[in-house]
Amino acid sequence: MRSYILLFISIALVNNFILAKFLGLCPFIGVSKRRKQAVGMGLAVIFVMTMASAVSWVVFEFLLAPTEHNLFYMLMGAGRPASDFDFTFLTTIVFILVIATLVQMVEMFLMKVIPPLYESLGIYLPLITTNCAVLGVALLNVKDFGIMNSLSESFAKSVLQGFGGGVGFLIVIFLMSGIREKLEKYDIPPALRGAPLAFICAGLMALAFMGFAGMGQ
Amino acid sequence: MKSEVIKGFFRENPVFVLMLGLCPSLAVSVSVKNAVGMGLAATFVLVGSNAFISLFNRFFPSKIRIPCFIVVIATFVTVVEMVMGAYLPALNQSLGIFIPLIVVNCIILGRAEAFAQRNMLLPSILDGLGMGLGFGMALLIIASIREVLGSGTFWGIRIAEAYAPEGYMAPASVMVMAPGAFFVIAFIMAYMNWRRARRLARNV
Repeated sequence: MRSYILLFISIALVNNFILAKFLGLCPFIGVSKRRKQAVGMGLAVIFVMTMASAVSWVVFEFLLAPTEHNLFYMLMGAGRPASDFDFTFLTTIVFILVIATLVQMVEMFLMKVIPPLYESLGIYLPLITTNCAVLGVALLNVKDFGIMNSLSESFAKSVLQGFGGGVGFLIVIFLMSGIREKLEKYDIPPALRGAPLAFICAGLMALAFMGFAGMGQ
Repeated sequence: MKSEVIKGFFRENPVFVLMLGLCPSLAVSVSVKNAVGMGLAATFVLVGSNAFISLFNRFFPSKIRIPCFIVVIATFVTVVEMVMGAYLPALNQSLGIFIPLIVVNCIILGRAEAFAQRNMLLPSILDGLGMGLGFGMALLIIASIREVLGSGTFWGIRIAEAYAPEGYMAPASVMVMAPGAFFVIAFIMAYMNWRRARRLARNV
């Protein structure tokens, strides 16, 4: 249990997706002007990153990885070693298609079943397909926890990385939107207005977040 | 014809003006070597996908053209991944997941949608070349500043002695860490804004 809590802290704060790994900068700069929008985007990202981690883990372990439980190996592997069924070179193509389909399905599901949630998250969902944090977390999961002895541990850590990454994203985009709402009241040199100042604030936040190093793993 | 190539460098520079592809430009600009590798990889994918899409666009049904584009781009990215893994393993290691993440780089899908699908083969190739090299140039500028200030080297060669005697000026290692990337791009963008404002003021 302790190792999972440490992993969560390390993913959400120490190795924050935006400030330490530079994933998901476009929505971070684009949708951080208003606090309400920032929260909507952050929640949508948590949701999609968690789902994408789970789905891409299943696809990787059972279809792409050269393991004993690869479906193609189990169906056609008579007399051949599992390493013959190595489809990891397809990871990039398969993951982006899985994520694009997943986002589309989530959007349709929310529209039909939970309309109020769709009203608040809906407009952010299509943007998330090209959010590199989502594909990034799927690829990082494969790299960090892809080949492990225990399948359940690998799955739990992958999903935790997706969820923790999303929570880190929400924290940072929410703080940023608060700062930017305040900044609007001040007199700023015209050249720095908009994106440049947002990047300077992000840099200062990254400096502050470096203080978390040493916590977690 | 020449303008198709040149526009990617200044007027429509993807990073500084259009603000596309920010994640890789901040993440891999730790050293000049990484920046050049990333720039060339992205240029290859851009030229390849632009050429392919301008040739075969009429076979893609317009309603599902975006998924088709993504598959084309992902295929070229996989080619880069495999070639780089085989011949440049050290570079591949240091660029890490940012090579597969070229797929979701908005520059490439943006050029497919905005340019390649309605232009002929040659202009599309030139457009891809210009945009890719413009992206590479932006990376090179950010990386030069960060590497020189942050590690006191350029292309891995120590130059700190050239501008300061040994031990006199320690490199500011914050520049090669995450905050430095944000500061450098902020000031480059501010400079571009300032230049544009000055030019506008002169013309009026």
